[in-house]
Amino acid sequence: MTWRSVRESQTPVRKGNFMGLAKRIIPCLDVRDGRVVKGVQFVDIRDAGNPVEVAARYDEQGADEITFLDITASSDNRDTILHVVEDVASTVFIPLTVGGGIRVLDDVRRLLNAGADKVGINTAAVFNPEFVKEASDHFGSQAIVVSIDAKQVESGDNPRWEIFTHGGRKGTGLDALEWARKMADYGAGEILLTSMDRDGTRDGFDLALTRAVCDTVDVPVIASGGVGNLDHLVAGINEGHADAVLAASIFHFGDYTVQQAKQRMRDAGIEVRVT
Amino acid sequence: MTSIIVVDFGMGNLRSVAKALEHVAPKAKVSISGDVSAIRSADRVVLPGQGAIGGYIKALHDTDLEPAVLEAADTRPFLGICLGQQVLYESSDEHGEDGESVKTLGLFKGQVKHFTHVSADPNAMIDPNTGHQYTIPHMGWNQVKQTRDHPMWHGIDDLSRFYFVHSYCVQSELDEDVAGITSYGVEFTSATARDNIFAVQFHPEKSQHDGLRLLENFVNWDV
Repeated sequence: MTWRSVRESQTPVRKGNFMGLAKRIIPCLDVRDGRVVKGVQFVDIRDAGNPVEVAARYDEQGADEITFLDITASSDNRDTILHVVEDVASTVFIPLTVGGGIRVLDDVRRLLNAGADKVGINTAAVFNPEFVKEASDHFGSQAIVVSIDAKQVESGDNPRWEIFTHGGRKGTGLDALEWARKMADYGAGEILLTSMDRDGTRDGFDLALTRAVCDTVDVPVIASGGVGNLDHLVAGINEGHADAVLAASIFHFGDYTVQQAKQRMRDAGIEVRVT
Repeated sequence: MTSIIVVDFGMGNLRSVAKALEHVAPKAKVSISGDVSAIRSADRVVLPGQGAIGGYIKALHDTDLEPAVLEAADTRPFLGICLGQQVLYESSDEHGEDGESVKTLGLFKGQVKHFTHVSADPNAMIDPNTGHQYTIPHMGWNQVKQTRDHPMWHGIDDLSRFYFVHSYCVQSELDEDVAGITSYGVEFTSATARDNIFAVQFHPEKSQHDGLRLLENFVNWDV
């Protein structure tokens, strides 16, 4: 039986009822030693509260997912993120992604078992791309987000972006578009794309980068880095072609609520989930 | 006290499902178990699942849980989630380890197909608004059109959004098995229902209020 006959037979479906998949808004919480912090350009870090409370607030506001970036430096405290995930997953019933310091399959397993739905792999993917393959084979690509930190290295008519590691300090020579394609081929279920030029600036997404990556891969792309106002979120979707937008400080410090962000996106004709 | 088993045969994270059930049914006894006798004695059974269906069905065979799961699907309120819905159909074109299509439990007539293999129309998976291919996996909040009334839908508005993440989707053969459909380039069966079985492609445990309501409906479902 073909899809067409399914479609014709399942009354009472009226054309135009479906509005389609919603574009997602994802607040990102930087977590260090079990506490939420937000780095501006990864240097000036301020404390913005308890992860469970912050996550619950975003859930109430209608966040579509929540992402934690674990920036715990000391290996002694690496397990604190597991407790954070457990606590959040017991109170907030939307998808949770955790990134930061994930290097081996056991890191992935422990986070998923603690209640994370997806894990973000960044540096480990750069140094060992096979790890992405192994992780998606083991846990399914739906659980694997590859984080790509890109910086513009050539401007003009043929701009180029390269992958950087170590908070944007170390270049790798890898072309961002080629890398994104490779990661999708290796089983990334989603790409979290951060412009290292824009991160922390509040000048808006690097739309050219976002659009170039979104138009080159078939997996969903989350735009990140540089959001300073709600119009930036709209631009990330409409001009950058992103499937989801990630922001931190505009939400953390109460400049805007997720609800306000969704209203602005709706006004711009973008399909969002209304809660 | 009603007992609910989340069936565990080593295929991924089941904690979220159990936590969400505990949240909506604080008086119920919710356990994650791969024990045949525990599944046999539970009042209600949840079959979750993520990942690849080849490994999933193999694990189900290898652990001897299949008879207990089939018995539950035949006798008690039974909720399939994600692969737990797909596995109830006849086969999946998600390649197994031998590269062939995977034969599944066959409780419902129909196939599980990759989004790009559902329609013969090459443009079916092209978004008409952008001209760009719909991204796969189908990931995020999409609407479920309730094709009929069902106790599991009580308190949930038609066309409510639930959280999906999958690359393969159910194509039911029989209308009477369908309780909800969703559109993503092509239409697919996002909710299946017959007698004591209800099964969904989306993740109620990750779908905030409406997802929790669905789980609450399951806990209270008087088959």
